[in-house]
Amino acid sequence: MSSVSDRMLTSDPVVEVENLVAHYGSHKVLDGVNLTVNAGEIHIIMGGSGSGKSTLLRHLLGLRRVTSGRIRLLGHELDGVHRSELQELRKQIGVSFQGGALLSSMTVGENVTLPLREHTRLDESTMAIMARMKLEVVNLGGFEHFMPAQLSGGMIKRAALARAIVMDPKLLFFDEPSAGLDPVVSAELDELILRLREAMHMSIVVVTHELESAFRIADRMTVLDCGKILISDTADKVRNSANSRVQDLLNRRPRVEELDADAYLARLTGE
Amino acid sequence: MPIWMHGSWMMAETRLGRVEQLGKRTLGLIAEVGYLAALLTESLYWIFAGVFQRQPVRVSSVFAEMMRTGVSAIPIVFLLSFSIGVMLAIQGIHTLRTFGAESQVVIGIALSISREFGPLITGIVVAGRTGSALAARIGTMVVSEEIDALRVMGIQPVRYLVSPVLLAMLVMLPALTIMADFAGLLGGAVYSAMDLGISYAAYADRVISVLKTGDIWQGLIKSAVFATVITLIGVANGFSVTGGAEGVGRATTRSVVLAISGIVIADMVFTWFLNR
Repeated sequence: MSSVSDRMLTSDPVVEVENLVAHYGSHKVLDGVNLTVNAGEIHIIMGGSGSGKSTLLRHLLGLRRVTSGRIRLLGHELDGVHRSELQELRKQIGVSFQGGALLSSMTVGENVTLPLREHTRLDESTMAIMARMKLEVVNLGGFEHFMPAQLSGGMIKRAALARAIVMDPKLLFFDEPSAGLDPVVSAELDELILRLREAMHMSIVVVTHELESAFRIADRMTVLDCGKILISDTADKVRNSANSRVQDLLNRRPRVEELDADAYLARLTGE
Repeated sequence: MPIWMHGSWMMAETRLGRVEQLGKRTLGLIAEVGYLAALLTESLYWIFAGVFQRQPVRVSSVFAEMMRTGVSAIPIVFLLSFSIGVMLAIQGIHTLRTFGAESQVVIGIALSISREFGPLITGIVVAGRTGSALAARIGTMVVSEEIDALRVMGIQPVRYLVSPVLLAMLVMLPALTIMADFAGLLGGAVYSAMDLGISYAAYADRVISVLKTGDIWQGLIKSAVFATVITLIGVANGFSVTGGAEGVGRATTRSVVLAISGIVIADMVFTWFLNR
């Protein structure tokens, strides 16, 4: 895997985040986040619940406005980008959501052909063939006439992945691929992500809190904690990091907050 | 601070709290109206300009929505309008009998059905069926990240989900209103024939001589306004869903209540301006 990351370091980054600050109301969720994802790498954004990783992903997808800071995707600035430019940019980006987010009123096949139908002028049979090809890639050949409600959790994630890659994106975002899946299905999905990168040469950003899955596929990792980046480096360097908080996260040790009796009382009474 | 001063301070604070609440609610209302206006503008933009942006509103989606919102509402709209026609005839004949003028009932039925009850009954039925369904459908899509998925696929949710419904409603609500007018008049005719022995032909002649094109238009314009109100309120409530399935339920109820209230108030405003 290191050969891939070495090769990619020479290319232009596909994601650049500089000093990103984000708030939910008055609560600061992201605090000065800097992140670079190089072309062709599998980059894992990792962190526990409430670390801000989902918020970071929503910012990267242009679904939330930043308080301050800059985000560049495939060389395009997200903030202030014209609608039509954003539209073009989004055609080069695939996203697989945590719950799949397949449109429940459509069959799996219709879901996968949706981006093609909206953005290209291909005829029906070509679209159907392309959808079937992508479904074959994710081992879901023959399921195009199924409704999303008829599929299992793992199948929904794979179908969502097929929809995400149907336009052959340069950049793929994957939100929590392992969440809610048993270890075997989760491992299959990891293999699929690795295969996709090799076959389609895309850059893949995966947001996850599953350590095992993360180390299985990562070229580089960014570890978030309480809205700040603890470390952003190759998987090996993250594993051997001297940062105690990183080690706590990697070894599943809960954060122990030292609080004396007076401070605890003050917090309870709100004074 | 002495206790009495403390008490008055508390009262002032409570009063301030109420003023603050009122201010917040007013701002919320203004924001909501602004949001509805923005939603309407964007929906119309995609209907008219979508083709030039190579993102047209799909005709197939419009027809599917027309089936869902209009055609499948035909039986219930017919039944309710027919019943209203019968009721108007019963009440009209009862009232006019005091003056010995029960044969004039046709004028009352024809005018109140075409100007008022046709569009109103249609609007209320469609608000109950389509308004709630829209809020539930879009709310569920928000909860399951389907709206986000559309957005990141470069598919504008308003163009894809709202414009077809708005277009379908703007066609189907006036069409349903015309049918409701016929059903209501038919109800009136059936009862008048039973009670007063007015023949259907005489009833029809009377209706035609009483009704002016303006009366029908008044009902149709109202129904187009109702279509817009129902769609926007249903969609806006759907998009604003937070908090999972419970939130979807809340949005659905809210959209029905607001849409029916909106229709009745809009009806009053229109009737005021169109008849003075």
